[in-house]
Amino acid sequence: MRHGRWRFLLGALVPALVLHVVFVLSPYAQAFYLSLTDWTGVAGEARFVGAGNYARLGGDSLFLDAVRNNAVMLLVVPIATIALGLGLASLLRTRRGSAGYQIVYFFPQLLSLVVIAVLWGFVYNPNTGLLNSGLRAVGLGGLTKSWLADPAFALAAVMAVLIWSSVGFYVVLFRAAIDAIPAELYEAALIDGAGSWTTFRRITIPLVRESVQVAFVYLGIAALDGFAVVQVMTVGPGGPDGATEVIGLSLYRNAFTYGKFGYASAMGVALFFATLTLAILALRAGRKDRLELA
Amino acid sequence: MNPESQLRPYPTRRSLLKTAATAAVAAPLLSACVTGGKKDDGEAVATGAKTADNPLGVKADAPLEVVVFKGGYGDEYAVKAESQYTSKYPQAKVDHKGLQKVGEAIQPRFVAGNPPDVVDNTGAGRLDIATLVAANQVSDLAELLDAPAFDEPGKKVRDTLLPGVVEDGTFAGTTVALNFTYAVWGLWFSKSFFAEKGWAYPATWTDMLALCATIKKSGVAPWTYQGKYPEYINDPLLGMAAKTGGLDLVKAVDNLQPNAWKQDGLVQAATAFAELAGKGYLMSGSEALSHTEAQAAWCQKKAAFIPCGSWLESEQKGIAPAGFDMVMGAVPGSAGDKLPVAAVQAASSESFLVPAKAKNPAGGQEYLRILFAKASAKAFAEANSTLPAVAGATDGLTLSSGLGSVRDAVTAAGSGTFTYRFRTWYAPLAKAVDDATGELVNKRLSPADWATRIQKAADALAKDSTVQKYTR
Repeated sequence: MRHGRWRFLLGALVPALVLHVVFVLSPYAQAFYLSLTDWTGVAGEARFVGAGNYARLGGDSLFLDAVRNNAVMLLVVPIATIALGLGLASLLRTRRGSAGYQIVYFFPQLLSLVVIAVLWGFVYNPNTGLLNSGLRAVGLGGLTKSWLADPAFALAAVMAVLIWSSVGFYVVLFRAAIDAIPAELYEAALIDGAGSWTTFRRITIPLVRESVQVAFVYLGIAALDGFAVVQVMTVGPGGPDGATEVIGLSLYRNAFTYGKFGYASAMGVALFFATLTLAILALRAGRKDRLELA
Repeated sequence: MNPESQLRPYPTRRSLLKTAATAAVAAPLLSACVTGGKKDDGEAVATGAKTADNPLGVKADAPLEVVVFKGGYGDEYAVKAESQYTSKYPQAKVDHKGLQKVGEAIQPRFVAGNPPDVVDNTGAGRLDIATLVAANQVSDLAELLDAPAFDEPGKKVRDTLLPGVVEDGTFAGTTVALNFTYAVWGLWFSKSFFAEKGWAYPATWTDMLALCATIKKSGVAPWTYQGKYPEYINDPLLGMAAKTGGLDLVKAVDNLQPNAWKQDGLVQAATAFAELAGKGYLMSGSEALSHTEAQAAWCQKKAAFIPCGSWLESEQKGIAPAGFDMVMGAVPGSAGDKLPVAAVQAASSESFLVPAKAKNPAGGQEYLRILFAKASAKAFAEANSTLPAVAGATDGLTLSSGLGSVRDAVTAAGSGTFTYRFRTWYAPLAKAVDDATGELVNKRLSPADWATRIQKAADALAKDSTVQKYTR
């Protein structure tokens, strides 16, 4: 019996592990190696160039634009999304008909990111788009902008789409975390005369801390990416003049347009370490003072 | 809630180290995959005896594999040429693949060293031709160019092509690609709309500015452009510069000569476009419109001119209203130009190549000889209202207004066609030029800074020893 159990476990695990190694781990490992070569993507051989590709990264102004934009996104997107998500989730706790809203908030999650980017591209159209038409309709015609073609607004416009598309998921995530908080805590707070803001700050936030932390990691990774929305929606893409360039787009262009797979791999490896560092830092930051509820 | 049952969201130091060590051990083993393609040159290449009827020495029973981009033109024209091939060599088995993502499909095959015999490297996912050349993945087509034309007795294939086609496929003195379609760039307008308003197409830039003032007064935007992709507005700008400075200017740019981008012709053209933008002659919002949106606005007569290549008419099929009668005009010139006013920017595209490691290279070249025959090109022109790269392919055909104007422009230009090569040779420089021009026509960059900025990018490229250089 015990024997058969091992055989069953092996049979179930091995195919998955093999697939994982061949299609996930091996490409990762190959990217590390390729980042040290001048592979063009079509040649049968690659010349070893050492750390040359990494040295070039520092002098590539478009890549530096990308790093800057990703850093801005990393600061803005997670904080804005989590703030909105938490706010909406705690409102849902106290309001009637919240289930319906919860579903509505989740809608963007059902659409592919490419579809979202195309739709928002229409919304931002300077002449016929929903946004400018709406502004004109309410007499704010002076505020209309060529949103995606103005370097001052293009990145903000992209971030707004990223936030819009992910808030719904975090509303649901935080709602579940809030539901797990014992109702007595809220009742006790109410009896003690706590207002809704105090309740939110003193009870809800500390008790959903772990969910928030996980959300930070997910959103941080999403903010370091941003490729799909930028590629589909922006001028250039990545423009105007690098205003919305992201690392993923630089990587893609170098690999598939310029045939510099070695250099693109170096970008990928750099991004890998940035993401890994972010994940570890975010998870370590909130490691202490875990609360026990039950 | 039991905290013990929760997953620990962070890795322990030990497990992290263990994973890293495993990865380090596995890396050299796994990394063998990508670049492990054999450098096996000893494989048998199919050849036959060369005769007058079989000038390229095709082995009659060797199979032929053809990979074609199946985009706006479909792939019927390629299939037709294949059936002609099989009627000439009935024992040969032809394997046809019509794909939308040619690059994705053939890239691994180039790496592995077993590419098809003919590749139409076209479409959004195409492979960078300069990269293929640098990797020695494409073969010399000289033999094909000097072979007798398939259906024009007494002529070599080389002599049946439109001006510039052979040069477009030539890298460092070797012709490695033959482009099947011929594109001409210019300014498009609606003939009927202009006739109705009493506007005449301007021959010089001064006339253009005067006409723009008139057009603007009538409530129509003089120009629009495909702002999301700034390369569209680049074409008339670079075209004007070429007219002013002549082919010397174009060559200086392509050869990455010092201060090439600061030549008078280029700065003047940049100034002209800065003026166009400064006077408000570009339709507002154009800077954010995609090519479909800008072209649709133009078809709705919201703007009078739009810069585009000769494919515009087929792209606007079903969008342009009946009786719109779009025609293309050559970019305006100015006094003292080195090239005639009828000169047009023309280049071929839709590159057919025979991979260096093809198993049946003679068959591949023979296939191209059949494809580039006059009859085959004529059928293509008829089906797709696009100019093929073969001279005289549209003779005797009734052409639509757009294609007719394109053909007339080519005829009027005669030997006065020109093209920039830096776009195919140095893709990163093309990106730098597009970005700078986008900023220029949005009044965020002065013409002098435009030149300085692009020159800086060109100098950096010239210094970069990892990039293969070409000269013309």
